[in-house]
Amino acid sequence: MDTTENTAIIADHISMKFNLAQERTEALKEYVIKKIKRQLHYTEFYALRDVSFSLKKGGSLGIIGRNGSGKSTLLKCIAGVMFPTKGTVTVTGSIAPLIELGAGFDPELTAKENVYLNGAVLGHDRAFMNERFDEIIDFAELWEFVDVPVKNYSSGMYARLGFAIATEIKADVLICDEILSVGDMAFQQKCRKRMEELLSGGTTLLYVGQDPQTVEEMCAEALWLDHGRVREYGDSYKVCGAYMDYLDEIS
Amino acid sequence: MAKSSFRIEGKTALGHFLTYRPLIHELVTRDLKVKYRRSFLGYVWSVLNPLLMMCLQAWVFTVIFKSNIENYPLYLIIGNTLYTFFSESTTISMNSIISNAGLIKKVYIPKFILPISSVVSSLVTTLFSFAAIVIVMIITRAPVHWTILLVWFPLLSMFLFNCGVGMILSGLTVYFRDMQHLYGVVTLALMYATPIFYSIDAMTPEVQFMIRLNPIYHYINLFRCLIMIGGVPGPNTWFACIASATVTMIIGLMVFRKLQKNFLLHI
Repeated sequence: MDTTENTAIIADHISMKFNLAQERTEALKEYVIKKIKRQLHYTEFYALRDVSFSLKKGGSLGIIGRNGSGKSTLLKCIAGVMFPTKGTVTVTGSIAPLIELGAGFDPELTAKENVYLNGAVLGHDRAFMNERFDEIIDFAELWEFVDVPVKNYSSGMYARLGFAIATEIKADVLICDEILSVGDMAFQQKCRKRMEELLSGGTTLLYVGQDPQTVEEMCAEALWLDHGRVREYGDSYKVCGAYMDYLDEIS
Repeated sequence: MAKSSFRIEGKTALGHFLTYRPLIHELVTRDLKVKYRRSFLGYVWSVLNPLLMMCLQAWVFTVIFKSNIENYPLYLIIGNTLYTFFSESTTISMNSIISNAGLIKKVYIPKFILPISSVVSSLVTTLFSFAAIVIVMIITRAPVHWTILLVWFPLLSMFLFNCGVGMILSGLTVYFRDMQHLYGVVTLALMYATPIFYSIDAMTPEVQFMIRLNPIYHYINLFRCLIMIGGVPGPNTWFACIASATVTMIIGLMVFRKLQKNFLLHI
């Protein structure tokens, strides 16, 4: 594989296998009895099969596919949340995962406190977050509510704060799972603009989307997943086109 | 920027610990803020609660059971405060993985941070409660010995011990939720097996031997020696403290490392 300095993400033949327990055993008693009786049966399920790609620094890759095709599993493997059963993932640089906006917010804490908490989750200390605090609240337009516990926020406000934090810390690699579909139109526009700024500033983007049109606009390359396998991989215009044709065909 | 491959997770526990130290700080601050946010007296409860408990128990055991331990209120409050540190910190860390499921499903963080930061939060509350011990010392006019300066040692041992136990429990609870129900009984049993309101000297030699197998006894005993008697006990006591703590911590790290691989499929 290409391991030169200017590669941000290398996914090398990754497979992800799940054991679907036929009956979930969450009770100790059941587990012991079944273990003794050798009744612990699993059906194997591959969420990802032999997926490989590499993404250059500053590049952008969109992942498309139908529901359950393994898109989110792939993102989680790259974010380091899950470990692939086979294969390796190598990420160079810091990652800001936006798999869900505001993941890790504590509803009881205020916006201000959550900025520091979320920053720490992404590996940054108070001094680092202090420098960026004003920009974060500016972007999220939340100065009025900065001392309100986020449990009282609307879902849009919640998402705005999450997006502002994740993009303001300027990580090397940004991992997004359909986040551009949240918030009102004005905010979506603002997010898109911010993403474009980041991309031109050298951030690497990995984007998952249902909508091939957005992927085509945002990303230079695309990868089409079908039942955990790579169906097509390459120039986003070409791959998204093929995917749209496929969607027309099945509907 | 550092090159990170997620497959080496666990091997660089110390490295992770340093990068994510701010996270421990933030998680502890969060725990403390949330714990007292809606209460009128706030942090005062950390001092008031052990005092009230001690008064109740002191009354029960001196008036009803006629205990004859010297400076019984001080004896009680030390035992109670330290035992509460153990039971509270391990109970919170037991649930730490499950209650932060939303976080670890979405973002990569070293998972052992969660049980550890629970124990740190509990340690901070315990340090507040030490004010209650000082108050009791003043009221009972207990003499102050220089050995009080050494109390960090049993406290540190207990901290390591709690971290080890917390990691094991938090890992197991992900797979078997039964732990949550069972552990309440275990902490109660351990409380009776620890000389908190009685003295080990009043027991038969067989029972004394059993009690000495309980690491918590050694932490509390050393703590009491340092504050109440003012003597430095022999090397056995110190060794029992640090050895039990280190071994538990190492076992905890090993067990947790093995269990964490499949957390995500079970939470």
